[in-house]
Amino acid sequence: MAKIKVEKLTKVFGKRPKQAMKMLDGNMTKKEILAETGMTVGVNQASFEVEDGEIFVIMGLSGSGKSTLVRLLNRLIDPTAGNVWVDNEDLAQMDAKQLRDVRRKKMSMVFQKFGLFPFRTILDNVEYGLEVQNIEKEQRRKKAMESLELVGLKGYEDQYPDQLSGGMQQRVGLARALANDPEVLLMDEAFSALDPLIRKDMQDELLDLQTTMKKTIIFITHDLDEALRIGDRIALMKDGSIVQIGTPEEILMNPANDYVEKFVEDVDRSKVLTAQHIMKRPETVNIDKHGPRVALERMREEGISSIFAVDSSRNLKGYITADDASEARKNQVSDLKEILRNEVPTVDRETPMNDIFNIIHDTPVPVAVTENGKLVGIIVRGAVIAALANDSEVNLNV
Amino acid sequence: MFNSVLLAFIPTIPLAEWTASFTAWLTSTFSFLFNPIKEHFGNFMSFTADTLGVIPPIVIMIAVAVAAFFITGRRFGLAAFAFVGLWLIQNQGLWDHLMYTFTLVLLSSILSVIIGVPFGILMSKSKTAEAIIAPILDFMQTMPAFVYLIPAVAFFGIGMVPGVFASLIFATPPTVRLTNLGIRQVPKELVEAAEAFGSTGAQKLFKVELPMAKSTIMAGINQTVMLALSMVVIASMIGAPGLGREVLSALQRAQVGPGFVAGVGIVILAIIIDRFTQSANAQRGKA
Repeated sequence: MAKIKVEKLTKVFGKRPKQAMKMLDGNMTKKEILAETGMTVGVNQASFEVEDGEIFVIMGLSGSGKSTLVRLLNRLIDPTAGNVWVDNEDLAQMDAKQLRDVRRKKMSMVFQKFGLFPFRTILDNVEYGLEVQNIEKEQRRKKAMESLELVGLKGYEDQYPDQLSGGMQQRVGLARALANDPEVLLMDEAFSALDPLIRKDMQDELLDLQTTMKKTIIFITHDLDEALRIGDRIALMKDGSIVQIGTPEEILMNPANDYVEKFVEDVDRSKVLTAQHIMKRPETVNIDKHGPRVALERMREEGISSIFAVDSSRNLKGYITADDASEARKNQVSDLKEILRNEVPTVDRETPMNDIFNIIHDTPVPVAVTENGKLVGIIVRGAVIAALANDSEVNLNV
Repeated sequence: MFNSVLLAFIPTIPLAEWTASFTAWLTSTFSFLFNPIKEHFGNFMSFTADTLGVIPPIVIMIAVAVAAFFITGRRFGLAAFAFVGLWLIQNQGLWDHLMYTFTLVLLSSILSVIIGVPFGILMSKSKTAEAIIAPILDFMQTMPAFVYLIPAVAFFGIGMVPGVFASLIFATPPTVRLTNLGIRQVPKELVEAAEAFGSTGAQKLFKVELPMAKSTIMAGINQTVMLALSMVVIASMIGAPGLGREVLSALQRAQVGPGFVAGVGIVILAIIIDRFTQSANAQRGKA
């Protein structure tokens, strides 16, 4: 069951939203409606589901409606049409009190410019969500302290927000959101106001926290690199509509349309692609069965000067060079183990291409990709360069 | 010629008569309300002024100076000024008048704030309320202050109470306006944050909006106090006692000297009150 289900969610800003709804049904675009009626379509019939414990990223350029969309999810903005179900409860049907309860217990929000109250101390800020529930002072103090500790800000509780750096302020924002122990976190461009290095730290920290928290996170961003780094799935928005939903790889490799393609063109692929995307099926010899003759024959067939050697259960043992193999044949040596070289560079499936550069630079043989010691693929220099060149002719193994 | 033609078609609208009869109707209909206010509030004001008058001037001078010292962050400037200024007023034999003026300003300011802040909040929360209240505020501020004195006398007779009434009308608008402005200027993200964590309307107002708007509201209150003070002279025309009455009587007798001295007394009081309200604001802003 999906944690959050959104169906045909639409928001029109303007005086006669019903008229605009009709025009949307008639397949008119956001631009046409604006020109004709002066009304702005914020979100146009967005539908998606977010699974429990997932990081769902909504990304788009400014004006694409992503910030409106996230506010429709906790009804900071009331939708014009469509539904939001949280745990199968229809948000639109809720009265003010039920809605408050959802906001107090189930969903918390982290804001782009942190949204901290400048006249409250850090601790009082973190306590805010508990305070409005009229929770006992002692208990909320305890929870707020735990939350602050979680984001690494213990010791700052008596300071005021303007005494902290941007990164620390956003940690406070995160701590405040976590203090309620919500099931869903809405993060509206939460790291966009931070400088790039801090932003990366915060992304890592969020991922770290997520491994233990397992919250359902809806993360809004305009930064594709960020989306690809932290998203389990990504929804791409344009002009209020969702144009594609998929895993980072799906979006990168199979852009749904020109818009998405243009978007992903600029991505630094070296950060996104990992070993598994560029590895090839390896040619191998079985060290338990084969001798130098087979090894040489295979290398000749493939036109390569070295070959990886595995045992019968495909555990990587090392590699054999063509020179060594022909020497061995001359000397009547039949056991490959005697000419096995084992200083093989290995990576695993998830190693980002960034790291593979350095390895592949210094090694005469291809890089081996292993999983639990078993050889699953090899990476040759050409594949790395081709993937970076973003050449659509290159066949990537996705 | 043109005038008489125009008047032949549309005779003079009896606006003045209407206003007069409306005021008369108000006076007689609500006399059950106005009379007790006149009596009790009047007594309360005299009592306050008299009580202040009983305290030896030197005690008040020292108390004000000490308060000024602390409120300005342990600086001597305002404290010294307040002490010397108050001493000068006492030296000129205007001390009792000062106490009356201060009572008038204090009570009308407090009433202005009590009435003005809620109206400001209402304005900030509702566009309709803003559309209705804003022109009324303009009217209240642009109508010459003397005009209020006439119904004030009709309702409350002469003395301090109609003075307070007139100064209420004249001095309340800045508090209303700046309360409205202050709340509307609270950053949208903070309002959203308050809502996103499930605040009720009252929690949002008291825990976020009013604290955020505090310095703007305080600036409005400061303006209100200053306007109330400027009403002191005008209110003396309907018998409100105090420094204003000294100014007025000097004016009527063309006595430059006493008029100037009483005027200086008002200025000294104005400066002290102004610096006090501003410092209180600045200090809260810091925390």
